[in-house]
Amino acid sequence: MVDYGEILNIPPYSMQREEKHSFLTDILKELSLFHYDNCPEYKRVIDGLGVKLSDITSFCDIPFLPVRLFKEYDLRSVGGENITKTMTSSGTTGQQVSRIYLDKETSANQTKALTKIVGSYIGSTRLPMIILDTSAVVKDRKMFSARGAGILGFQMFGRDKIYALDEAMKLDIEGLSAFLEKHSGEKILLFGFTFMIWQHFYEELKKSGYRPDLSNGILIHGGGWKKLADKKVSQEEFKCLLNEVCGIQQVYDYYGMVEQTGTIYMECECGHLHASIFSDVIVRRPHDFSVCGYGEKGLVEVVSILPASYPGHALLTEDEGVILGEDDCPCGRKGKYFSILGRIKNAEIRGCSDTYADKFR
Amino acid sequence: MTNLEIYNNAFKEAFEVDEAQLAGLEYQGIAAWDSVGHMNLIALLEDAFDIMMDTDDIIDLSSYEKGKEIMAKYEKNI
Repeated sequence: MVDYGEILNIPPYSMQREEKHSFLTDILKELSLFHYDNCPEYKRVIDGLGVKLSDITSFCDIPFLPVRLFKEYDLRSVGGENITKTMTSSGTTGQQVSRIYLDKETSANQTKALTKIVGSYIGSTRLPMIILDTSAVVKDRKMFSARGAGILGFQMFGRDKIYALDEAMKLDIEGLSAFLEKHSGEKILLFGFTFMIWQHFYEELKKSGYRPDLSNGILIHGGGWKKLADKKVSQEEFKCLLNEVCGIQQVYDYYGMVEQTGTIYMECECGHLHASIFSDVIVRRPHDFSVCGYGEKGLVEVVSILPASYPGHALLTEDEGVILGEDDCPCGRKGKYFSILGRIKNAEIRGCSDTYADKFR
Repeated sequence: MTNLEIYNNAFKEAFEVDEAQLAGLEYQGIAAWDSVGHMNLIALLEDAFDIMMDTDDIIDLSSYEKGKEIMAKYEKNI
């Protein structure tokens, strides 16, 4: 099997196009063959498509599964006795949720990859951390929602953490100001989901008049823009308005999904989402699934080298996006950089932030 | 308290286990040592030894024995 120990030590944004292409092709092909031998449903899909995996010469030719498949089927490539954690996608009431089965190794690799990616942005020193959510999300320890998994994954970067919202999702101003006093002058890490931050942090601060000093803060947020786009809040405005209420200057969005936990796509200083060497994004034309050129809008496929316990290494999402370029972002990171434009019409509502926001309609 | 006692107490408190269960204990080996339990253990060790661990070490601390090696990096010989 793939030697993740070595691979996860490679700096996450260090490979140019050709090197990365052959690196990903080797690993993803190996993973495809492994899932073919160990997941009967995956084998049926591949056989049904008439694809011969051993003939594949580019990871772009590996058949992708639609993410919805994980809602309808229990897909895994290891025995049930080896499953240590089951993750579920966020879904609104009545929607079916995806179930992702993790064994010990896959789960550990997800954490490692996340650490490498985020660490390259914020450094290896752990920071006092404010989680802009409620601790209630991580209560059930065997079954993690995507929201809980995100929070737990990011906790690794924090020390002395505080949840800014109580169980009723009300902003704990007293707790927050005590925490900030204790860590005054220090760099602070903030993490949360985009809509929750908007609804329960930004709106509350605006209403209350309390203006915490977070000018030393680094905010990492994700989970979908759809709801804020509906409110006509752009990414720029989001950053600007947050800055007005708490002085925060460093704000990074990320794109990721529970089906490929760990290999998230972080926004850089130039506002572009970046693919690390552990994963990649392919944008496809909806009518024939051929690969789009740079700047051409299409359907987003994500590939990740981490899914070993379940066949989720090549997935077609229901998001629309556009590859902006490769290896030449002014921020200096190698690899593709891209934007997510939204969800395709008639897609289900997903995303930690958006499903939650659905309650506020 | 010796370093070993401090170290053992952190495990006992984090996972509600007895001294006798400590040897050979591994991450995901018992229900209590899951990812939530793991971060609790880290917080207890950091408080008790007054250290701050690197993220890499937090990930590498995958067993009771491995943790002793890692503590040595922070000059806590167990």
